Formats: sequence, C-alpha cells, structure tokens
Amino acid sequence: MSPVRTPEQELARFRGRLAVAGVVALVCFGLLVARFFYLQVLRYDYYSTRAEDNRISLVPIVPNRGLITDRNGTVLARNYSAYTLEITPSKVADLEATIEALSKLVDILPKDRKRLKKLMDESKSFESLPIRNRLTDEEVARFIAQRYRFPGVELKARLFRDYPMGSFASHVIGYIGRINDRDLERIEENEDTANYRGTDHIGKAGLEKSYERELHGVTGFEEVEVDSGGRAVRALRRTPAVPGNNLILTVDLKLQEIAEKAFGNRRGALVAIEPGSGGVLALVSVPTFDPNLFVDGIAPQDWDELNNSPNHPMVNRALNGAYPPGSTFKPFMALAALMTGKRTPGQAIADPGYFDFGGHHFRDDKVGGHGMVDMYRSIVHSCDTYYYKLANDMGIDLIAQSIGQFGFGSRTGIDIEGESSGVLPSPEWKKRRFKKPEQQKWFGGETISIGIGQGYNSYTMLQLAHATATVAAGGVMFKPHLVKYIENAKDGSRRMIEPQPIKTIPIKPEHVETIRRSMVGVNREGTGTRAFAGAGYVAAGKTGTAQVFSLKGGKYSSRIAERLRDHALYIAFAPADKPTIALAVLVENGGFGAESAAPIARQVLDYYLLGKLPAGVAPEDPGAEGSTGDGAGE
Amino acid sequence: MSDFRFDPRKWLLRVLSPLDGPLALIVLAIIGFSAVVMVSASPERLDTLALNIGVAMVVMWVAASIPPQRMMTIALPLYVLGVVLLIGVALFGDVSKGARRWLNIGVARIQPSELMKIAMPLMLAWYFQSREGMLRVRDFFIAAGLLLVPVGLIAKQPDLGTAILVAAAGFYVLFFAGLTWRLILPVALVGVVGIASIVAMGDTICKPDVEWPGLREYQKHRVCTLLDPTSDPLGKGFHIIQSTIAIGSGGAVGKGWGNGTQTHLDFLPERHTDFIFAVLTEEFGLAGAAVLVVLYILLIFRGLFIAAGAPTLFSRLLAGALTLIFFTYAFVNMGMVSGILPVVGVPLPFVSYGGTALVTLCLGIGMLMSIQRHRRRVGT
Repeated sequence: MSPVRTPEQELARFRGRLAVAGVVALVCFGLLVARFFYLQVLRYDYYSTRAEDNRISLVPIVPNRGLITDRNGTVLARNYSAYTLEITPSKVADLEATIEALSKLVDILPKDRKRLKKLMDESKSFESLPIRNRLTDEEVARFIAQRYRFPGVELKARLFRDYPMGSFASHVIGYIGRINDRDLERIEENEDTANYRGTDHIGKAGLEKSYERELHGVTGFEEVEVDSGGRAVRALRRTPAVPGNNLILTVDLKLQEIAEKAFGNRRGALVAIEPGSGGVLALVSVPTFDPNLFVDGIAPQDWDELNNSPNHPMVNRALNGAYPPGSTFKPFMALAALMTGKRTPGQAIADPGYFDFGGHHFRDDKVGGHGMVDMYRSIVHSCDTYYYKLANDMGIDLIAQSIGQFGFGSRTGIDIEGESSGVLPSPEWKKRRFKKPEQQKWFGGETISIGIGQGYNSYTMLQLAHATATVAAGGVMFKPHLVKYIENAKDGSRRMIEPQPIKTIPIKPEHVETIRRSMVGVNREGTGTRAFAGAGYVAAGKTGTAQVFSLKGGKYSSRIAERLRDHALYIAFAPADKPTIALAVLVENGGFGAESAAPIARQVLDYYLLGKLPAGVAPEDPGAEGSTGDGAGE
Repeated sequence: MSDFRFDPRKWLLRVLSPLDGPLALIVLAIIGFSAVVMVSASPERLDTLALNIGVAMVVMWVAASIPPQRMMTIALPLYVLGVVLLIGVALFGDVSKGARRWLNIGVARIQPSELMKIAMPLMLAWYFQSREGMLRVRDFFIAAGLLLVPVGLIAKQPDLGTAILVAAAGFYVLFFAGLTWRLILPVALVGVVGIASIVAMGDTICKPDVEWPGLREYQKHRVCTLLDPTSDPLGKGFHIIQSTIAIGSGGAVGKGWGNGTQTHLDFLPERHTDFIFAVLTEEFGLAGAAVLVVLYILLIFRGLFIAAGAPTLFSRLLAGALTLIFFTYAFVNMGMVSGILPVVGVPLPFVSYGGTALVTLCLGIGMLMSIQRHRRRVGT
C-alpha cells in the first residue's frame, strides 16, 4: 500500500471494502439458504421419513446404584429389579379411560392415581411416568397379552431401591427420591446432565445424598432403532453402564439397633465413635422414619404424618440438633483449666452450696454444698460451685479459646450433609448473633453459667462424642466418618477412607490421666454408679442434665409438663485405659442424665465390649439426683 | 422554554432518542421470533429470558448514549483489563469440561474471553485512529500482535470457537483499515485449498492414530465428525445428525409451532442454546429460516450503512467490524447446525438462550447506534 493517501481516497477505499463485505455476507447467507433448500425441499422426504418412522435413538442404560452395607456386611440399601407400568400422557387420548381400562388388568389404587397426578403437574406431558410400580408376574402377563389396546402405556423393567432394615439407621442412610427441579439445577451446575439421562432418582438425604457421586455410577447407552410410537425395534450398539460403587460403613448395625431400641419411645440422639480412627460406630437419632416411603414419591398422607408429628422424626438430632451439654461439659472445663494452668488437680475449694456474682445467687444442686472439693470430686459429684468459680477465674475469652480446641462450636467435617455448628459462646459470637448494641454486650454473669454447660452453650451430640473421643485418644483428633471404604462393584477393589488426624491438641498425659481417673470415679462412686454397677469393664463417664425451662426455685416433679423437663445427657469412653469406643447420649426431656441417658450408654457399651445383648430395661431410681435453681447440675 | 408540564410524548421521544429506529426494530423482531421459539423449546426458561432481554435492552440503551469519543478513551483500558483477566484465567481459572475458561472473582464467575469480543475491535480501531495519516506497514504488524496475544490465550484455554470469533473481530478491523489484498488473497486461497484437501482426504487423516499438529484431540474430532457424522453417533455426530433431521423434516413450512418431534422427543441436543435454530426450522420450515436470514441481512446492511456514514476512522472501523461480527455469529451458528461447519460453541445472535452473549451483542448494537447518532455529514 502506498504510505500517503488523501482522506477522500481513504474513504473511497473503505467504502469499497464495505461493499466487498456486503457481497461476501450475501453470498454466505445464500449458501446457507441453498443448504436449507437442499435439506428441507429436495431431501424433505428422506428426512421426514427418518424423523417420523425410523429413527435411531439413544437409550440410556441406567447404572446399578451402589449398595450400602454396615461394617459387618449387613445390607442397608440395595436394589431389586421389578416391572413398572409407565404412561406417557401426551400419547394417550383419554387418560381417565385408559387408566380405568388398565385397572381391570392390574391393581391401581387411589394412591397410585394421586401420585400420577402429582407427577404430571411436575413434568412435561411427553415424559413417561409410572402409574403402577412393582407389578406381580401375573399382572405383567395380563398386560402383555392386552398391550395392543394401550398405545402410550409401556411396561418397563426397572431397578428399585430398597432399605431392608426399614427404619433402623435411616438418619444415616437417608433415602433417594425422584429428581426435582432443584436437583436438576444442581446436576446442571455439576455438568452431570449427560450422566443423569435416564436416571429418575437421586440421593435426597443422608449418605445417599452425600455420596451420590460414588453411588450413582456412569450411565451407558444403547443405540436402538425405534418405530413411530417410540418403541424399540432392535438394538444396534451398546456401551454398557458402569455400576455405582458400594459403600461399606464404619457403623455397626447391631450396635445401632441396640442403641435405637434402648431409647424406647423417647426422643434423643446417640453418637458412638472409635477414638483411634474417627470411625462412627453408631449415629442414632430417634424417632426414625422408614426411608422406603420416599423412594417413589411419598404419599401425601404419609408425609403429613411424618411432618406434623410433634416428635419431628425427620430431624436428625445427632447432627443437626444443638443442645446445652449440661454437666457433661465439666470434664472439658477441667481439662481447659489444667491446660491453661488455672487449676491444679489437688487445688480444692470450700463449697458453701452457692456462688455469688454481681448480686446474683448461683445455686449448686446440693443444698449446703459438697464441702471441700478438688478436681476429682468436682467431676465425680458434679459440683456446680467449683465450675462457677473456675469460669469466673478463666474469663469467657480463655474458655472459648481453650474449649474451642476440642471442636466445640465448629463442624466436625463428618462425611454426611446437614451438620450444625452449634454455639461456642464468646463476646465475638454475641456481637455476630445479635443486632442491637444493648444485646451485644457480654455480661460477666453470663460467663458463670457457661462453666456448667448452660447459658448460650449449645452443641451437637456429634461434637460432644467427637470431643470425648479426642480426650479418650489423648488429644489426637480424627475427622469423624461414616464410610469405612468404597468398593468398586465391578472388580471389588477398595478405596479405604484412611483415619485422618486433624490435629493433636497439646495436652500433657498427666492432665488427661486426671480427667480419665475422675470420669472413672463418676461410674465407680459418683452419679453414674447405679447405671454401671457390675459392668465387666471400666468405663469413664460423665452425666449431665441440661435445663430446658427454669424452675424458678421450685421442686422438680413429674407434674411438670414433659416437654419442659430437662434433657438428660451422658458421655463415656471405654475401656478407660485403652478406649475403643467413645460416645455421647442425649434423651430429650429425659430428666436426669444418670437416670435415663447413662443406662442407654451401658447397653451400647455392654454390647460393643462384651457382646452382651440387653436383657431388659435398666431399673430406675428417682432419688439419685436433684436439681434446683439456676444451675442444673448433678 | 418555561413549559414545565410533563408531556409523555416528548418524554418518550427523548428517552428513545439515543436509539436508531431501524436497528432497534430489526433486533426486536429477531428477539420476538426467538421468544416464540423458546415458548416451544424450553418454556420453563421464559422468566429468565425476559430478565435477560430487559438487562440487554438497558445495556444497549446505555451504550447508545455513550458518544464514540468516550468509547475511544476506554478502548485501551478495556483491552488491558481483558488481557490481564485472560492471564488470570490461565493461572487461576476454574476448570470445567476440561477447559479453563472461567475466572472466579468472589462475587461471580466471569468469562473474560466474552469481554474480548468487544474489547478487541475497540482496541484496534483506537490504534488505527491514533495512527491516522501516518499509517505504515509496520502498524499492521503491531495490530496483528495486539490481536494475537489474547487470541492465543483464549485458544490455549482451550476455546477454539471464541478464539476464532475474537480473531475474526480483529481481522475485520485490519481489513477495513486497508490491509493489502496481496496478503489477504493468498491466505484465503491457502484456506480454501486446505479445507478442500481436508474434505477430500477425510478418510485418511481421520484415522485414530493420526495426530494433527497444533490442534487438540477434541478439535480434530469435531472436524472429522463434520466430515462423517456417522463416525460418532453417540457424541457430537449425534448432534449433527439429529439437527439435520430436524431441519430437513421441517420442510417448506414446518411442522407447526410446538409440534417439532425432534425437539419434543428429546432428540435435539442443547435445544435452547446453540441448536435453537434447528427447533426454529423444524417448526417453521424453510419459510421461518428465510425470515430469520432476511432479518440478519437487514441488520448487516443497516450496520454497513452506518459504517459508510461514520465520520471518524475510529467509528468507521468499529462499525464495520461490529457488523461483520454479527454476520460471523449468525453464519457460523446456522452453518454448524445445518452441518456445513464444525460444531463450535457459537450462539445464534439474539436467538440463543444465554444472558452473557445477549448482553455482549446488545452492547455492540448500542455502539452502532451511538455511531449513527453522532455522524455528521462527510463532505465530498
């Protein structure tokens, strides 16, 4: 190009090039239109035939979902194959008449009709929807003989999910259910859309949800020729599906079952952990529910029953329920005092039965006090005054900092969704929690009740068991997990979930020993004596009672409405010298920990350590503990 | 002057004054057509579609209100920002579908390559404007360098489709700035010969063990699939086969709105995004396709007309390049859906569902409108 041109020349050249561009664009679009003309006019018959009559369709092959078994191989979730009758509403002229005619061949209950109606509201009319699941062989035969009468109705062999243990461990296993819009969004976000073609169900809760990726498997495809009705004529090619992986849990189902039964019809939670690995042996939340109800869309009636029950069976109390720990908090407070040098084991106080702070009278549960109390006695007899004083001496910041080390107030990171983080009270927490400045201020008096596990303290049973296991392991904290290993369903190869030490809390062995000795004392000569009388092993424990409702100085009696009664708690690890199990139990509105929570722990430990099955219900003794006033001690 | 009464007609005229009537009408017609198709293809997305259109219209109006002189001042910063973000993607980007395209900036995930589609022609137009009157051959090399850096970064992500679009955008500026035919013609010739030979030797070079220099396996795969869709009926080949059947079976006037069997029996992939054109032609036939093509031709000729009347070198180059970008989008998308171009992720302008693309395109339309409004008579 020549370096110098006049603006006019430049403009002329520019316009020339615009003209070239215009021509090129026209030619290209002309090419496209020619292509459309070729496809839509010249080859119309060919393509129209391909679209209408004979098309090659990709039929997804849904992979078998992985199994879930407990640590001993007891199957908790499995699949079985059965026939299901499906209907495509858009292909059926008169839906009501068709269903009516079908009901002459197979049983169709009002429940089935209701579910179909609900599914139709949720899906597009050209989707194939189940009208009847799990047909009997006879029904299958009857339908096949009459099939020609029912265009748009298909018989499909499908895998169903089954939870053979029913309601046992249902909060751990969770359940699967039909994919809804929210699930679809998540699938799209994870770019799994292709892999979920043909899959109707997805994990909705528990391990079924958290391990969806492992359990689902990889969808295969079959290339088939289908006729105009969409029926497969013949298969052409096949890419098999890869089945989902099996989950083998750390949970011992027998232990879980004993624990769940031990609650009777009381509400509560229990978490048992292997201290040396973080493996969860049992994770109980009662009442439970039957996960089988959810698999093919829960019937509205069943749902209402579960949802409106005052016992809230759908809430996972072990994971999501946060409760004040009551006196089970004391061993951790004592340990914190030793670690920070605020107390020595032998340092004793004279307990008058109360502690005065800022004009407020904090009462101990024992009128007149426990006399001279050192650390050992403070745990064995659950002396409140000792901990009122201790909390006051430590101050809230030091308490929050040292107690927080045991995982209180933060999620443990367990491999199941829905964990609550609880509340580790501190002035910072209060600032975040409350909006108004006058509510944000931390009062010295609030620190006092923190010392005995009351006040704003609120933790999950998982956290409490986790912290107990950490102490039992001498300060080594493992990440709790429910899955022991993941097994490839095809070749049987295993991927172990290795114990992951999160951290080692710097505690001196002699400090752990002091706490261990004191907690053994609880079961030997303290509040846990009755529940652990005659045990063939040494268990370290601590009872606890968490206040739900302030009695304002009144006496605790059975007249108080059940829902306002205190929660009963118990923590333990055993055998005390070489712990293989650590646990935390909560009985909602159970009254005293020694009375209702400790016997449950006893049954669980008896089975786990001695293989002993529970003989009956542990005897009750209402005189073992008393509670009055602001503090709820033992 | 002292009349303070609110006059709705005057007010409306003032609000609409930055817009260019013909362009606005054409774009609205295409978007309207798109909404009709979307009701059939993916009715559950209508709410989001409405929101996307609303946002895009606002963006268009704002862009139309910015005078070209102002655009010039942001050209360089925008370009630099785009390149920095692209480098950020290369270093810290999120990987999805095996490609690193997204950058997580805390509040949102952004795709900087999208920004480059506008920043690139702006930058080059600005560069040529700043060299106006003293243009040397050297300047074309510098411009080519400015073009190749971001294109290389995008191609490395790898996102060949976007890289081609950005490269095309930059090339159009070079072309309108007067890049010599002596350079264009040989390259075009080599391209034509290359494509012809690939088509001719498709069977040999598509064998599994033949590696293509400089291209990734999936890119080779796409080209080979185009040559013979039946070689991969499960993957991309399936898309092409099915969209071709959809178009072909639509016939002259289509199967009717909402009656596309390919669409509604789930044979069509990505029917609301890249393959929406197949839905349109299945249901509205050759007639529908022709209407859309005519609308695009009108859009492009209006754009070229605006470029011809633009006063400064900057606005001329920008208007010309933007117009040809619309053309490229439309041509590449319709070409790929009808099976004459490889499947690259290019949306059908103003029709495919997707907020980012719609906003980018309307930004371009807004810029064209601004150039048209700030034209002045060019003396002859």
